[in-house]
Amino acid sequence: MIDRKFIGHRFAPSSVEVEKGQLKFFALATGTTDPVYFDEAAARQAGHPALPAPPTFAFSLGLAKPDPFDWIKELDIDLGRVLHGEQKFEYFGQIYAGDVITLQAEVVDIYDKKNGALEFLVQRTTVTNQRQELVGVMTSSTVVRN
Amino acid sequence: MNLPNFDSVQVGDMLPPLQKPPITRHTLALFCGASNDHNPIHVDIDFARAAGMPDVFAHGMLSMAYLGQLLTHWVPQSALRSFAVRFSSITQLKDSITCQGRITEKFVDNGEHRARIELKAVNQDNDVKLIGEAVVALGH
Repeated sequence: MIDRKFIGHRFAPSSVEVEKGQLKFFALATGTTDPVYFDEAAARQAGHPALPAPPTFAFSLGLAKPDPFDWIKELDIDLGRVLHGEQKFEYFGQIYAGDVITLQAEVVDIYDKKNGALEFLVQRTTVTNQRQELVGVMTSSTVVRN
Repeated sequence: MNLPNFDSVQVGDMLPPLQKPPITRHTLALFCGASNDHNPIHVDIDFARAAGMPDVFAHGMLSMAYLGQLLTHWVPQSALRSFAVRFSSITQLKDSITCQGRITEKFVDNGEHRARIELKAVNQDNDVKLIGEAVVALGH
């Protein structure tokens, strides 16, 4: 069982530069056909200052650190028993190649179902750019199969 | 890309569906690197079996990225206000995901004309893999 004392726990923030090469790789890996996401000329023609990050990319930025699953270890969870339950994004601005994004995650809830057979960990992560503009908020629910 | 107009969009309208090719081990290897999700359960069959799964399986966020494409084919990304999904069942190798969206509500919030879209990602057998909802701004 995940210790309920972690409700309210704030993880160490991480900062990451958005690399255009990775945006192009993400576009390739997801079979993106809209050139705005992988062709800088098309992006500029559409009014963007640089390649835009697609709608779910902030989640990947949250994993861009030496040990992306450090929080799972911090909470003493077995990585092999983890499933992604729910994911939400709220948008307040656009992330672009070259931005430096800071992610700050906090545990907002931990609960269980089926007498503890399934546990749910809910995290809320703020996504802020180098101008201290809040560009988004992510809410993730992780399921642990006990 | 122009925003669809609030008055020309009706509750019940479907977004043009998006059909993706079957998911292969190669798809998952590429997405592992591109998405920074290096959880071995998606690419290492030995790890997956040790964790009690029959084989590797797709990242939920891969199908969510597909649903994101469904949305940004219909409105520019700047019109997205929120985008949420529940991963209702595991997407397996060889699954072909089709993304669907249906307008469920038109409303005005903060002076902005918006639509709520019910989202679904289904496989070739019409099994629901992701179910969700997005709110987008419309032209007015």
